[in-house]
Amino acid sequence: MILDGKCPSGPLADKWSMHRQNMKLVSPANKRKYKIIVVGTGLAGASAAASLGELGYNVESFCYQDSPRRAHSIAAQGGINAAKNYANDGDSIYRLFYDTIKGGDFRSREANVYRLAEISNNIIDQCVAQGVPFARDYAGYLDFRSFGGAQVSRTFYARGQTGQQLLLGAYSALCRQIKLGTVRMHPRTEMLDLVVVDGEAKGITVRDLVTGKIGCHVADAICLCTGGYVNVYYLSTNAQGCNVTAAYRAYKKGAFFANPCFTQIHPTCIPVTGEHQSKLTLMSESLRNDGRVWVPLRKGDNRPPDEIPEEERDYYLERKYPSFGNLAPRDISSRAAKEVCDEGRGVGQSGLGVYLDFADAIKRLGENVVRARYGNLFEMYERITDEDAYKQPMRIYPALHYAMGGLWVDYNLQSNIPGLFVLGEANFSDHGANRLGASALMQGLGDGYFVIPYTIADYLARTSPGRVSADHPEFRRSTEEVAAVTKRLLAINGKRTAKEFHRELGKVMWENVGMARSEESLKRALSIIPEIREEFWKDLKVSGTCYELNQELERAGRVADYLEFAELLALDALNRNESCGGHFRVEHQMPDGEAKRDDENYSYVAAWGYRGPGKQPELHKEKLDFEHVQIGTRSYK
Amino acid sequence: MNLTLFVWRQKNFDDPGKLEQYQAANVSPDMSFLEMLDELNEQLVKEGKEPIAFDHDCREGICGTCSQVINGIPHGGQERTTVCQLHMRKFKDGDSIYIEPWRAKAFPIIKDLIVDRSALDRIIQAGGYISAHTGGVSDANAILIPKPDADMAMDAAECIGCGACIAACPNGSAMLFTAAKVTQLAMLPQGKVEAARRVCVMTDAMLEAGFGNCTNHYECQAVCPKGIKVSFIAKLNREFIKARLPL
Repeated sequence: MILDGKCPSGPLADKWSMHRQNMKLVSPANKRKYKIIVVGTGLAGASAAASLGELGYNVESFCYQDSPRRAHSIAAQGGINAAKNYANDGDSIYRLFYDTIKGGDFRSREANVYRLAEISNNIIDQCVAQGVPFARDYAGYLDFRSFGGAQVSRTFYARGQTGQQLLLGAYSALCRQIKLGTVRMHPRTEMLDLVVVDGEAKGITVRDLVTGKIGCHVADAICLCTGGYVNVYYLSTNAQGCNVTAAYRAYKKGAFFANPCFTQIHPTCIPVTGEHQSKLTLMSESLRNDGRVWVPLRKGDNRPPDEIPEEERDYYLERKYPSFGNLAPRDISSRAAKEVCDEGRGVGQSGLGVYLDFADAIKRLGENVVRARYGNLFEMYERITDEDAYKQPMRIYPALHYAMGGLWVDYNLQSNIPGLFVLGEANFSDHGANRLGASALMQGLGDGYFVIPYTIADYLARTSPGRVSADHPEFRRSTEEVAAVTKRLLAINGKRTAKEFHRELGKVMWENVGMARSEESLKRALSIIPEIREEFWKDLKVSGTCYELNQELERAGRVADYLEFAELLALDALNRNESCGGHFRVEHQMPDGEAKRDDENYSYVAAWGYRGPGKQPELHKEKLDFEHVQIGTRSYK
Repeated sequence: MNLTLFVWRQKNFDDPGKLEQYQAANVSPDMSFLEMLDELNEQLVKEGKEPIAFDHDCREGICGTCSQVINGIPHGGQERTTVCQLHMRKFKDGDSIYIEPWRAKAFPIIKDLIVDRSALDRIIQAGGYISAHTGGVSDANAILIPKPDADMAMDAAECIGCGACIAACPNGSAMLFTAAKVTQLAMLPQGKVEAARRVCVMTDAMLEAGFGNCTNHYECQAVCPKGIKVSFIAKLNREFIKARLPL
């Protein structure tokens, strides 16, 4: 099937405003008759639930955490982009749009990205109004800084905790609606199925993580704001609980999964110390503003960094990308780090690390300025590694960080299942094959505050409220299915834990479907993953019962989905026989090792449709047309 | 290294609960405290025993989910560090470690080390916000904020809502948590509009949830992983008096 993104026609700059004029509205008196389910309480979910509740809809909000304040958006450190041009350095909506399209290596949808750039300014205004304490200069104006992939300073920040402050802003708006009674909050509740009635999304099946009770919730529309899936690699910068389950089960109910192979590897994470490692910690990319990345020039040079003289160091990012230097985009920086480590020039005990050195910055600015800018990051680094980055360079290495791919949505953020909307990292639409730094926060909040309130009305206005009730047989069927899977996981009673299977899967994914992918490695992954899955269903051990708080059972359910989803990801990577952004196929590279796109054959969104267990999913394509930008080579030299 | 753990086990709210002893063998100094517990749990599952339930999520000290009292100190006693960021190199071979949940009247135990902290959400729901609508707000630079005020608001806003302050307080008081939010918003021009009402409804919600009062023990500040200062409690009291005094 050829998919239609339903982008409005007309000049780029007018598409969104024209579209808003044309969409249908729901009158204030009718809004409360419509029930909307919002799953997830990160930036996208919290801002959507708060805004929809405020408009007068009857909202039910769900999260697996104990409180909506804890979603993993909270961990974003660096900042949020906006085209304010407060720096007077030539920024504009068009430039933010262009940088995002180019950063995404021309694999995102023009109209969506332009809208995102357009609403970026409203987001900053909204957050300030909520009391988000952004950094200020001495005149009291907002401060800003530069960030990877851009030549202007457009990133607003709140120390190294921008994600936390933006999330707490959205959380406070959500709390206000909870108090007003427009939003009902269901914490410690996990979505395990999407209920589709007559082809439209009309409810979800959830498990209460405290009592174990499985039940259904009916609604007129569903918003999935359930984040990304990179924990499929086991080790990532995501929180332990981040998972693909809600999105994947929606996929199994008919929602298309788009570009799952577009995953982002973040260049500045703290290297792995051993098998016990449960997650990887990211050090904000903003560190690259003042830190210089280097490795020894000579292979196997084991001297401590301060004994390696200047002329025996290779500042490889500055050397290879003179105009962007240490601020080269994430995928380029990550691959460059892997290359030098593969050459045997990596640092640290494992040899899987490169230096991020602040000595020059400290000399130039003084330790106090560096402390003021990055103090909390240096502290965090010391807590984890026991090393003082003011005295010796940090060691960093790339790690899985973000999923650009996600459920397919049209311009209205509606999936191919009417009534199912997907927001934030969980959808695929705005970042193409690679996301620029400080753009995830922008997209999550943009979708929730300023897109969904308009587009969901257009859908709801065409339906009558409360059309489906909980006694519809689909709900009973869904509950029974979920209960059966839960019982099946508990009944295996084998010898290996869900974590062991997850770790095994992660290794296969990192080695074969990681930073550099080849036809051979992908085919290898596609043959190993089903074997692990088979083993999982034969030898899994889950303790306890399903009628209580059972963290092993929660994990097992998520790992079961990863074991299926991993195959979809690898299949998509195999199908995309080109390199672009974060998707690097070794067969397709420029003479200098840069990604080589194939616009003629792959300028499309690959949206996969589920066809049943054991069957190859069906590939649907949405052609990407670039009417307003000239497709170019993504050069950061 | 090898450690002896004494861990609080409690099946559910009604179960009386007790400390149980476990051996953690071959613990690497590079492990985080939670990774040490992960390994123990893996072993327990394989032995057909119930693993230890504990709350955790981001494992980078920002989400505020992890919540354990280690050797009598919430988060384990390393300055400005949550449990998830505490590393085993801080312990010695042969150590005995006592691990318990947050204990406070307002935090009922759900299972083992997991408690119900929804009372903190209720304090924020009562009024821990600026009642700004989505859309229709002024340009971000239309509100000028002196840098020292913005910095102090940020100092207060760093609170991660973990509840360690309450677990450390002999009164089970949520004064530091509440004060941090009151101060953050009271420092900003856009938050001053509702400041008087906010401090009243939030302190009411605090008492209603069963949190005790502040009697200046400063235990909260000592354990706060984000370094939130008790001076914010003084600010809360000033805001409270300002709000309640007849004009």
